[in-house]
Amino acid sequence: MRTRSFLSVVAVASLLAIARPAAGQTYIPVISKGFQHQFWQAVKMGAEKAAKDLKVRITFEGPENESQVDKQLEMLQAALAKKPQAICLAALDSKAVIPLLRKAQAAKIPVVGFDSGVDSDIPVATAATDNIAAAGFAADKMAQLIGGQGEVAAVVHDQTSRTGIDRRDGFLKRMKSKYPKIKVVDVQYGGGDHLKSTDLAKAIIQGHPNLKGIFGANEGSAIGVLNAVKELRKQGKIVVIGYDAGKQQKDAVRKGIMAGAVSQDPVGIGYKCVETAVKAIKGEKVPKTIDTGFKWYDKSNVDAAAMKPLLYD
Amino acid sequence: MDQQAQSDELSTRRRSLLRSTAIQTLLAFGALIVMLVAFSVASPYFLQFDNITGILLATTVNGVLALGVTFVIITGGIDLSIGTVMTLSAVMTGVFVTNWELPVSLGVAAGLATGTAAGLVNGFLIAKLKVPPFIATLGMLNVAKGLALVISDLRPIYFTDTPSFNEMAMGSALGAVIPGFEIPNLVLCLFGAAVLASLVLKKTILGRYTFALGSNEEATRLSGVNVDAWKIIVYAVSGLFAGLAGVLIAARLDSAQPSLGLGYELDAIAAAVIGGTSLSGGEGTILGTVIGAFVISILTNGLRILSVPQEWQTVVTGSIVILAVYLDIVRRRRQEQA
Repeated sequence: MRTRSFLSVVAVASLLAIARPAAGQTYIPVISKGFQHQFWQAVKMGAEKAAKDLKVRITFEGPENESQVDKQLEMLQAALAKKPQAICLAALDSKAVIPLLRKAQAAKIPVVGFDSGVDSDIPVATAATDNIAAAGFAADKMAQLIGGQGEVAAVVHDQTSRTGIDRRDGFLKRMKSKYPKIKVVDVQYGGGDHLKSTDLAKAIIQGHPNLKGIFGANEGSAIGVLNAVKELRKQGKIVVIGYDAGKQQKDAVRKGIMAGAVSQDPVGIGYKCVETAVKAIKGEKVPKTIDTGFKWYDKSNVDAAAMKPLLYD
Repeated sequence: MDQQAQSDELSTRRRSLLRSTAIQTLLAFGALIVMLVAFSVASPYFLQFDNITGILLATTVNGVLALGVTFVIITGGIDLSIGTVMTLSAVMTGVFVTNWELPVSLGVAAGLATGTAAGLVNGFLIAKLKVPPFIATLGMLNVAKGLALVISDLRPIYFTDTPSFNEMAMGSALGAVIPGFEIPNLVLCLFGAAVLASLVLKKTILGRYTFALGSNEEATRLSGVNVDAWKIIVYAVSGLFAGLAGVLIAARLDSAQPSLGLGYELDAIAAAVIGGTSLSGGEGTILGTVIGAFVISILTNGLRILSVPQEWQTVVTGSIVILAVYLDIVRRRRQEQA
C-alpha cells in the first residue's frame, strides 16, 4: 500500500514537472488535427521554427485520428484553462468548436485557425491551403494528361472532414464544368488507410476497365492508388495523381509511376499560424485569410531545391 | 472420474459440437457461393483473374489475424489487441531490416517474436493475474499502439532499400510453376497458416485443450490440466498470428505504417463469428474462419465493383455479422430443444 502511494506521488510529481509552464514567456498552444502523420509532423516543424524565431513557447498536440472531434474539444478546453496568450487551432469539425471559441473570445484570447477554417468569424485569421483550388488544379492536370476525355475516378480519405469534402468537390466540380468529355465514374473513401485504399482502388480499376486515371486525395489514398496500379501491372496505363508528399509518392514520381502530385506547404502553414498569432497578441492587424499556397510537382521538379521545403519524407 | 473417462467425455462432446459447427460452416459457405454467383451476374469484371487475386490479397491480413483470434474465442476469451500488435510487429520488422540493416529473415523473426511476446503478456495477465480478457487485451491494444508510434518515431519505416522483401511477398512461386496462375506468395502464406492452424486445432493436444477450456474450464482444471499454462499458450498463438499479419502487411505495403491497425481486430473477430466460432466458447473451426474472412472481403470487393456508396457497404457488412450470429443462436436453440 505504502509503495503504491509512494509510486503515485512520484508519478504525479513527474507529470507536474513535465507540464510546468515556463513563467513570463508568451505561450501559444497549437492544437492540430493529428500528430502521427508526416504532414502534421511537418506542420509541427514549421510551428516550432516560428516559436524559436519569435521567442515564444508553444506546445503541439492533436488527437490520434481525424475523426476524434471529441478528443480535440477536450484538448482545446484544457488549452483554454491554461490561459494562454493566443491559440492556434486546426478544427476537425468546423461547427463543434464554436462554443469553446466563444469562451476564448470572452477571455480575449485570439484564435488563429490553420489547415482548415471554422464556420465563425471568431478566429482573427486562418492560414490554410485552398484545397478546392488545389484539387481543381489536380483535375486540370489529369484532363491534360489523359487527353481531355475518358473515365477517371478518385480515392478520398473521408466524406465528412473539410479537406476531404473540399478536395473531392474541387476535383469533381472542375471536371464537370471544364471537361464535359471526362466522366468521373467512381469516388470511394479509404480513411487514408494504405491497405484499405489499395484494396478499394483495385476494385475500382477492376470495375472500370476503361479507366484512364485516378486521383488520390491525400497521402494514404495516393499510396493506395499507387499500390493498386503496381499490383495490377497498369503502370503507364493509368494516370495517377497524388496529394501531399512522403517518400513513397516522391519515389513513384521519380520513377514515373505517378504523374505528379499537388503539394501543400505544411511547414509554411505551421510557421504562418504561429507568426500570425504573435502579431495578433501584439495587436497588429492581420489578414483574415492567409493562403499558404500549393505547388505541382512531377518528374521534372521533384528534386528541385525550391521544392525541398515543401516535400517532406 | 479418471482421466481417460474425462477425455472420452470431452471428445464425445466435441464430436457433437463439431457436427453443429459444421452446419454453421456450411451456411457461411452457402452464403459465399450465393455472393459469388450474384456478383458475377451483376458485374462482368467480378470474376476476372486479377480481381480474384485482388480478393485473395484483401483477405490475407484479415484472414491471418482471424486464424489466431479463433483459438482465443474458442476458449471463451477475446483478443482485442491483434490489430495494433500487428502494427507493432510490422514496425519491429522495419527496425530490424531497415534501421539496423539486418537480413530479412531476422526481421521476419523479429516480427513474429514481437507478436508472440505481446500474446504471452496477454496470457499472463489473463491466466495468472486474472484480469478479464476484454480488459487485458484492450490495455495491450493501447500499449502496442503507443509502442509502435514511439519505436517508429511517428514515421513510416520503408523497405525500399530491401526490395527483396516486397518481391518475395508479391512475387508468385505458383506462377513460376504454372504459367498464368500468378497468385502472389502472400496469399499462399494465408493458406499455409490456415492449414497449420487447422492441424493444430484438430490434431494436437493444444487444440484439444483449447476446446476443453471453452466448453468447461473448471472440469478441465479438475481433471488435472494446467489450465493457466495452456491459456497463456493460446494467447501466445493469437499473438504469433498477429505477428505474422504484421510481417505480411509490411511486405505488401513495402513499409511499416505505425498509425494503422486500429479496427482490424473487429474485422478479424467478425470473420471468426461469421464462420461459426461461438463467442461463448467451445465451438469453432479454422475452415469456418477462412470462409468468414472471404465472406467479408468478397462482399466488400463486390459492392465496390458495383460502385455502391461506401456508407452503404458498411451497413451491409454490419448486417451480415448480425445475421450470422442470429442464425447461430436459432440453430443452438433448436439443438437444445431437440
